[in-house]
Amino acid sequence: MLMGLYNDWVVVVLMMVGFYIVIAHGNLIKKIVGLSIFQTSVFIFYISMAKVEGGTAPILAEGISQYSNPLPHVLILTAIVVGIATTALALALAVRIKEAYGSIEEEEIQKQDNLDC
Amino acid sequence: MLIHLPILQVIVPLMAAPLCLLLTRPRLVWLFTLIVSGLAFLISCLLLQQVMTSGTIIYELSGWEAPWGIEYRIDQLNAFLLLIISAVSTVVLIAADTSIKKEIPADKHTFFYILYLLSLAGMLGIVATGDAFNVFVFLEISSLSAYALIALGKDRRALWAAYQYLIMGTIGATFILIGIGLMYQMTGTLNMHDLSMRLPEVEHTRTVFTAFAFIIVGICLKLALFPLHLWLPNAYAYAPSIVTAFFAATATKVAIYLLIRFTFSVFGLSFSFTAVPLQVLFLVLGLLGIFAASMAAIYQKNIKHLFAYSSIAQIGYMIVGYSVSTTTGLMATLLHLFNHALMKSALFLALAAVMYRIGSVQLSQFQGLGRQMPLTMAAIVIGGLSLIGVPLTVGFVSKWYLILATLENGWWPVAVLILLGSLLAVVYVWRIVEVAYFKPPLASSESIEEAPLSFLIPIWILVLANIYFGIDTRLSVQVTQSAAQSLFGVGL
Repeated sequence: MLMGLYNDWVVVVLMMVGFYIVIAHGNLIKKIVGLSIFQTSVFIFYISMAKVEGGTAPILAEGISQYSNPLPHVLILTAIVVGIATTALALALAVRIKEAYGSIEEEEIQKQDNLDC
Repeated sequence: MLIHLPILQVIVPLMAAPLCLLLTRPRLVWLFTLIVSGLAFLISCLLLQQVMTSGTIIYELSGWEAPWGIEYRIDQLNAFLLLIISAVSTVVLIAADTSIKKEIPADKHTFFYILYLLSLAGMLGIVATGDAFNVFVFLEISSLSAYALIALGKDRRALWAAYQYLIMGTIGATFILIGIGLMYQMTGTLNMHDLSMRLPEVEHTRTVFTAFAFIIVGICLKLALFPLHLWLPNAYAYAPSIVTAFFAATATKVAIYLLIRFTFSVFGLSFSFTAVPLQVLFLVLGLLGIFAASMAAIYQKNIKHLFAYSSIAQIGYMIVGYSVSTTTGLMATLLHLFNHALMKSALFLALAAVMYRIGSVQLSQFQGLGRQMPLTMAAIVIGGLSLIGVPLTVGFVSKWYLILATLENGWWPVAVLILLGSLLAVVYVWRIVEVAYFKPPLASSESIEEAPLSFLIPIWILVLANIYFGIDTRLSVQVTQSAAQSLFGVGL
């Protein structure tokens, strides 16, 4: 049970770790790291879903009859690119926030905003 | 050429975006963006006409047959949304050139238009595609450009709002991605039509149930359903005014489309409404959203904040219509989707004009504007009346169908609550009217003039549309009715 679903357990644990970091941490950079871990867990989920036991890469060659499903792998390449773009944009925003507020702590930013209102 | 309309709808703005970089003068870029958006509008008109006369259009990308290749499937619902998005985008763009001069530094104007076109292409793509994974990709195209557009706002709080939206939006999109993965695991297909055929065989499994839960929560984050709406008010309030006008009218509507598409077409009616008590859940959350957001709107000092909260309340009305889950209920949702796009784009454009003249949208700055900017303020009043749902405006039409739908089901307490919710709208609209018309102008704003024509023309196009579609309901009712009927019919 435990070993048979090894990848699924990893996915769930990573997902929860990432999600928890996003919710619980006030530091903007840590939030971004959490978000990345969260997304990575989904990548692993897609990749392990497509693995066929005993199958190889889908390249036509003699003596091989079983292949892994290449489609989810290709899909997740797209999702990885999207993930990188998101992380890059989030980091850029964090830099701009640091310039404008002088802090990357959620509490500090919120405090300054409340003063502005 | 005509056969390729479904793909042209998406590819034209997508390809036009990088081309903006080749144009050197910002004004030229604006003109180019306007033409591209106008083209998209023309294409969506042709598509709607084609769908209404000859039924669903199926377009296979590069000729690959459906379950293997990606297909675009345009039925009444898609065509209707494509029309709303491209129409609002085009009208709003007319004012963009004047508005962003005061709100965005000159060297960023080209990038503004590029992001705008990418966002437009993303939204059109989400609606046009018939492939579940394609939905995710387009969702991220439109969202990523949306975060960047919001961060362009001149207030530093725009950055913080964009960051919060990014975190919430990415969680929502990733949830949808997980749901799509689980569905693929069970069925081995990503095509929505194919999914709707294969899901019933495995619908009793826990995997499909989990997929459904992930997708619904992900979409609800995107559509700012109460209590997942926290990202919306600040994002709308601090974004550049043009961006607010565009997003308020389109972004959440696209998410509502996804909700309808996934529950009705992909998972199927019987599964969606029996697997979880979706009806009760959405009814309660919708009503709570109407009241909580309307109450919050009443206490806002920033008018952009006020209308942003009102948007959340209006989403509540759409969700209530959806939760009735009858043809009339769904019709009310679709009608309100169209009508709300008209009202909110008119209101936020009028606010953009105020921002252009005064440089602020605080309520206290509105003193005496009724005399100084009569046409702009008249637009806000008519838009406000439409929000309340006064007869002869579009707001009345959708509220009428919504109440009709609840009464048909015998839910009269809900109908009463909807009417009470409208009374709250009276309160927040009146606050603006009172300040603008019954208080003398501030000493500092005596020299304020009416907004320039580049604002007045798009604002009044939208206001007149508000009135026109409030009186002549043939087009909107006919399209939404046939869309709702086909959704309750046999699948896609």
